[in-house]
Amino acid sequence: MDHIISIRDFSRERLDHILDTAQRIGDNQYDARALSGKILGLLFFEPSTRTRMSFETAMARLGGACISIDCVEASSIVKGETLADTIRVISGYADAIVLRHPKEGAARLASEFATVPVINAGDGAGQHPSQTMLDLFTIRQSMPLEQVDVGLLGDLRYGRTAHSLAYALSLYDVNLHTIAPKGLELPPNVVQELRSRKMKVREHSSIEEVIRDLDVLYVTRIQRERFPDTASYYGVASSYRITPELLEGVRERLIILHPLPRVDEIDPRVDALPYARYFEQARNAVPVRMALLLEVMK
Amino acid sequence: MSENSHQKGLIIRPITNGTVIDHITAGEALNVLKILGITGTTTESISVATNVTSPRIGRKDIVKIENRELRQDEVDRIALIAPQATINIIRECAVHNKKGVTIPPLLKGVIRCPNPGCISNTKEPIISSFEVTRKGLQCTYCDWLITKDIANHII
Ligand SMILES: [Zn+2]
Repeated sequence: MDHIISIRDFSRERLDHILDTAQRIGDNQYDARALSGKILGLLFFEPSTRTRMSFETAMARLGGACISIDCVEASSIVKGETLADTIRVISGYADAIVLRHPKEGAARLASEFATVPVINAGDGAGQHPSQTMLDLFTIRQSMPLEQVDVGLLGDLRYGRTAHSLAYALSLYDVNLHTIAPKGLELPPNVVQELRSRKMKVREHSSIEEVIRDLDVLYVTRIQRERFPDTASYYGVASSYRITPELLEGVRERLIILHPLPRVDEIDPRVDALPYARYFEQARNAVPVRMALLLEVMK
Repeated sequence: MSENSHQKGLIIRPITNGTVIDHITAGEALNVLKILGITGTTTESISVATNVTSPRIGRKDIVKIENRELRQDEVDRIALIAPQATINIIRECAVHNKKGVTIPPLLKGVIRCPNPGCISNTKEPIISSFEVTRKGLQCTYCDWLITKDIANHII
């Protein structure tokens, strides 16, 4: 049975296969009744409206139906029942389960108890593989994943979105540039692992020194609670803000991505520039999740 | 009996039935006892020798436990902190079985995940699971990597 738990479980071949399917779906080459009669169980133990809506949309576009418990109902379950039991019960109702849960490793646990495929839609600070796939997909739409310079900017220490993406990119011919404030750098063991996978990783402390050498800039949120006081947060956040002025003289094919929602990381004036691809990235959630649903239920 | 031979006698005093754990990394004997759940309140008869000279590993610790043969999961735990240890099962004063220890590729129920956000630290009906890799011990559930002070995480 195919579970989608962690991006680490994927080979390049399997990722390419899913992205190729997503590409065909994006070009409207798909059977809108492919999952007719199938039921998807959505178990969201913490709110993530967009992820849930994009899975609901993906299922509807393939002719299937959804059943769900929302996080209010789920929170009452959390008090009484183990996740293992909930998963065993919902396995009897649905043909696949999408799980979002606050505990790391929850999706791995679910896959041990489910009798249907489990798709991880985020487990705590842990994995969120469909996000990584749509990030990859958005890059691949703009350029082949060959000799690409990708910059990861923001909180690279706690931001697991960035870790997952870096790991997935290490399967391709990509040079990685990390740009993080002091104390929020990519953990040394992650850097070491990427290098052991033959990836070139260069660490930078300022965005100005590297912005002109990038094909992709992936911006993530820097969270206020990582800083001792508001003033030091604003000091750091403003020096990592993406503005039209910063983007003067960049490579023509540069694309800027952000998993959204953004706060102050990207100046709204950047939205009108050709580099801004974060709304396209958000839209790609649907074809990529359609491809995943087909992968596990066909 | 001289004082010297008396001490030597204490260290090597044979046991009739039980287990002798030899070649323990010097200084780890007390951790071995901790792993085996041996505390001041348990009833086993135990001898512990620490920092004994060993031609093989320089300094070593030795633990002897009377009337107890170790289970495989206990041996696996010892391997984590004393990879060169040898386990001698003694029956009727003779070595019945002698073996080294090996760290299994997957440790089930041996290590508690240090990540408070990990699903394995909840009431779920699972036991902890760690993969043994070159880099350290990695939680099967949350990917947390333990690279040092392994003894502190042993259940
Ligand atoms: Zn864990």
